[in-house]
Amino acid sequence: MSDANSHPSPAGRPADTDEGGSPHEGSGSASAGSALSQESVEAHVGQALEAIARARDLDGLKEARLAHAGDRSPLALANRAIGGLPGQEKAAAGKLVGQARGRVSQALARRQQELEAERDERILVEEAMDLTVAPGRRPLGRRHVLTVTAERMADAMVGMGWEIAEGPQVEAEWFNFDALNFDKDHPARQMQDTFFVEPAKAGLVLRTHTSPVQARSLLERGVPLYVAVPGKTFRTDELDATHTPVFHQLEGLAIDEGLTMAHLKGTLDRLAEAMFGAGIVSRLRPAYFPFTEPSAEMDFRCFVCRGEPTAPPCRTCGGTGWIEWGGCGMVHHNVLRACGVDPERYQGFAFGMGVERTAMFRHGIADMRELIEGDVRFNAQFGMEI
Amino acid sequence: MRVPVDWLGEYVTLPEGVTGEQIAADLVSVGLEEEGLHTSGVGGPLVVGRVLEMTPEEQKNGKTINWCQVDVGDANGSGEPQGIVCGAHNFAVGDLVAVILPGGSLPTPQGPLTISARKTYGHVSAGMICSVRELGIGEDHDGILVLPRLLPAEVVARLAPGDDLIGVLGLDRETVEVNVTPDRGYCFSIRGIAREYSHATGAAYTDPASLPVDRGEGEGYAVRLADEAPLEGVPGCDRYLARVVRGIDLTRTTPEWMARRLTEAGMRPIGLAVDVTNYVMLALGQPLHAFDLATLTGPVVVRRARPGERLTTLDDVDRALDPEDLLITDGGERVLALAGVMGGEDGEVIPGVTTDVLLESAHFDARSVGRTSRRHRLSSEAAKRFERGVDPDVTAAAAQLAVDLLVEHGGGSADPAVTDADQRPERPVVDLDLTLAGRYVGVDYDLQRVLEILRLIGCEVQGEAADRVVTVRPPSWRPDLTDAPGLVEEVARIDGYDKIPSVVPRAVGGRGLTHGQRARRAVATALAGQGLHEVLTYPFVGAERFDELGLDEDDPHRDAVRLANPLSDEAPLLRTALLQTLPEALRRNVSRGSRDVALFEIDSVTLPAGEALAPVPGVGEQPDEEVLAQIRSAVPAQPWHVAVMAAGQADRSGWWGRGRPVDVVDVVGWAHAVADALGVEVRREQSERASFHPGRCVDLTLADGTLVGWAGELHPTVVHRLGLPPRTSAAELELDVLVTASDHRTQASPLSTHPPATSDVALEVPRGVRFSAVEESLRAGAGELLESLELFDVYAGDQVAQDRHSLAFRMHFRAPDRTLTTQEVNAARDAAVDRAAQDHGAVQR
Ligand SMILES: [Zn+2]
Repeated sequence: MSDANSHPSPAGRPADTDEGGSPHEGSGSASAGSALSQESVEAHVGQALEAIARARDLDGLKEARLAHAGDRSPLALANRAIGGLPGQEKAAAGKLVGQARGRVSQALARRQQELEAERDERILVEEAMDLTVAPGRRPLGRRHVLTVTAERMADAMVGMGWEIAEGPQVEAEWFNFDALNFDKDHPARQMQDTFFVEPAKAGLVLRTHTSPVQARSLLERGVPLYVAVPGKTFRTDELDATHTPVFHQLEGLAIDEGLTMAHLKGTLDRLAEAMFGAGIVSRLRPAYFPFTEPSAEMDFRCFVCRGEPTAPPCRTCGGTGWIEWGGCGMVHHNVLRACGVDPERYQGFAFGMGVERTAMFRHGIADMRELIEGDVRFNAQFGMEI
Repeated sequence: MRVPVDWLGEYVTLPEGVTGEQIAADLVSVGLEEEGLHTSGVGGPLVVGRVLEMTPEEQKNGKTINWCQVDVGDANGSGEPQGIVCGAHNFAVGDLVAVILPGGSLPTPQGPLTISARKTYGHVSAGMICSVRELGIGEDHDGILVLPRLLPAEVVARLAPGDDLIGVLGLDRETVEVNVTPDRGYCFSIRGIAREYSHATGAAYTDPASLPVDRGEGEGYAVRLADEAPLEGVPGCDRYLARVVRGIDLTRTTPEWMARRLTEAGMRPIGLAVDVTNYVMLALGQPLHAFDLATLTGPVVVRRARPGERLTTLDDVDRALDPEDLLITDGGERVLALAGVMGGEDGEVIPGVTTDVLLESAHFDARSVGRTSRRHRLSSEAAKRFERGVDPDVTAAAAQLAVDLLVEHGGGSADPAVTDADQRPERPVVDLDLTLAGRYVGVDYDLQRVLEILRLIGCEVQGEAADRVVTVRPPSWRPDLTDAPGLVEEVARIDGYDKIPSVVPRAVGGRGLTHGQRARRAVATALAGQGLHEVLTYPFVGAERFDELGLDEDDPHRDAVRLANPLSDEAPLLRTALLQTLPEALRRNVSRGSRDVALFEIDSVTLPAGEALAPVPGVGEQPDEEVLAQIRSAVPAQPWHVAVMAAGQADRSGWWGRGRPVDVVDVVGWAHAVADALGVEVRREQSERASFHPGRCVDLTLADGTLVGWAGELHPTVVHRLGLPPRTSAAELELDVLVTASDHRTQASPLSTHPPATSDVALEVPRGVRFSAVEESLRAGAGELLESLELFDVYAGDQVAQDRHSLAFRMHFRAPDRTLTTQEVNAARDAAVDRAAQDHGAVQR
């Protein structure tokens, strides 16, 4: 706790001096016996000034005012007595008493000001509060780090002139698989660990990726098309430190005339920079996905070691200098055909990456479960903009 | 796929001293992702030691240890004998043993153990004499490794104390594990991996399948391909090659080198016949099957299953066969195997019994094998390969290699006759415009280079660079290459993805976020600003949750989409409201010590679309509009909702004073904040909703009566059943309704700068009259001069009749163009009171 006495003085406080003293002090004595003698008037003034100076607070000053400047005060009586004086003395006495009363009222005003200032200062001291303990009457809540991360990714895409599309979580099997060239009998379709909706012939699944929105967007919006799709996706994984059955992806799809894998790489580089900082680039590695050809896995440059060898090896990337981000490639002709787009004229690329993974790397989150549990202490670590 | 490095080196020239790590990195560059690197885990110095002295010393614990002096040559730097304490007794002075010196390391289940000189049993033991178990090369528990008992005499003869043992014991062997994508069946073989390694590095590749193959003389064992119901027009088997080996002794042990390779590749050595077929499968990617020839009574007939047929497969499961299953049968009757998936008990090769073997090397249709494997939930190494595509041209070489190995290691002799039922179709060709590679990848490939790469990966190309368009026949091991982009991928992959430049495309220009997207962000930010935390709960619920929430039997919220394969049988349904899954998150916070918790979630919920089924018309073709419409309409409606749930304190206690528990007014306020954030005016109507306190629930509606949602305090019974803190309050709103209602441009009204006038009225009304109704009457009566009003006090008690209470309203009046006179204000107020009196029998106090 701070010391209340250290409270600073308000500016402009009058100096604590004896200025109230009479300028005429010690200037001779008045004739005794006359109420209007210089001496007696001077004595009344002296008593008044003393009483004023003695007043310790505004109430005391009020008393002094009553006694020495009130209707029944000696100076008031003296003033009244002037009327009874011979004509030629009136002027001198009037001047004498008037000056005396002026001095007293000046002193009163000065003292009044001093005491008011003292009172104000005291009140401020008394009202002081120690504000060094954090307030928390109504703490702010927070957005979830995953939604904010997905928004940041979406914003980066919007910055490149793309639009943001969305689609249903419970999705038609055709959109989730066949439209994306996942043949019913292809092992890749089985490897998706799909949640199926009952009955089996319903033809519905929980979307295993945000990619069905590729097909929906192509069918609904046509080409040329530049859309990114953030959203919730599902696989039949048990929750553990690195897996969750419910997760989020950001999908990108660009179809236009003359788009190439170089444009794919450029887009990923820009997004990697937006998420992980200047100079963070992407890397493509050959891979296989049914809905792209050529296909690639994409990595982004480790933003901790930036690919420079360290000892011990970088913990973030395991010393490889790269961090896996997702899959991508040139959109398969069969996808374009399924969506009524002429693959001889239009071509383009698609990519998809995990929002969880992006957030975990950005913020050093080691355990997937913290993203899922909804513990407010987890949220509270982050700001509203991350 | 596990690739032992020395095996790989047999088919492709590896650089001197190459590490597994480097090989893995090279394979990554052509698309074989590293899954792991397997090593012995033993780190040197591990050297030959000769035991010079051993002194048994009995210890206090009754154990006897040997204090040994061991000659390790110059390996310890001094040449002096090394003092080592050893607890084993299975050796003698003069024996050659394996000694790990300080600085070396041994694998343990807990990770590598680094050896150091340490004080034990009264001596400084400078190293360890190792057992086979400690070195990870055997399971023998009976003491330490005495080298002549393990190694061939000629090897031991060359060993001297101090010699490095890492290489001698094969502890430097490495196995690279790579992930094979489902389009690359041929990479489930060392042959395929070696070819890819050659593509990645340019190393010289020798195809292990180019070995002299017996063409056969005379009639072989009869084979009939009799698939009468091909799937999608593709016969289940287009090549069946049979070889016979007679008089073999299958009790002979598998040669050590083969057993080791199998082990390193992840397969357990079982017996000579199985080991040889597995070895050939790993080497060439061709699954083989061996039948006991003596048990066969007729020709091998490959056909589809008949209704009612059954087979007990080698994993001891009796299976009902499906007419789509392709079978290997004895004479067309007795079922011997599920083709390409797994054999049955009949015809099984048994060591010590079987002497004559019929070897099957066949090519089965990927689709057929895949369906059978999935139908019977029966995955096997063979099925995995066939499903992903096996080279139909490797059949004869694989059979030859297996025959050679069986004869070499099992004795016996191969029949000269070879059966090769060969109905392979001609491989399709692809017309390729060579410039497509550059136009697709964005690299300015030289057309000559494109041709070169295509030929490198095994394509036959007709035409030259000058022709621009050439005809390409992909190699037999690449059934995945069926179109031009697929060939382009090969060019990009072999030339290197790292050559692809980075170019940000110029998008056509978007319109930014949609109103709905921005609206959801605004709502989330508003709620977080009010102190609520956003959570993302799993959407899975069980019917029990509906009971806990007190939903009636016919409550529409019970009508939920059900999953066929839920993670948990307790939660097979998809939530129809967010409030159904928020309780767990609230409870978890409370149980972790956070008592004051206000949560919100924004997500879509799933409302069943009815009985409609979504057609699944297949790949590569746009369905017609009608089918697309059916697909779309079968997808359940999934409107966006927002829900809040809170318990504990709204205003916290602290040094500033006492707190205030969260109550239903807070929750109604938050629900309002959602609407306010979107600039939508909502009305409140007292309501009774399942899950909520019957007297503390309010519906929120748009001005036109459209329901937005509701807010209230949860019913005490619901709170109790869900284990929530007392007085937990909650709200759920249909965000889409608010988003639609807010999708318009608000027009501003001018502000009056004239002073306001305030007038208070206290009205006695019957208790049944809603506050909002009185408020509405006052507004209506006061007219346009009324700027705002608020209910600031409610009084019930001695001063008013028991069935009535007094409501104190403060009314603020203001005119746009003048300062109001007292008379004007009083007149407006009186009009308001009159209206309330008229509507509700209100009496001014
Ligand atoms: Zn790093």
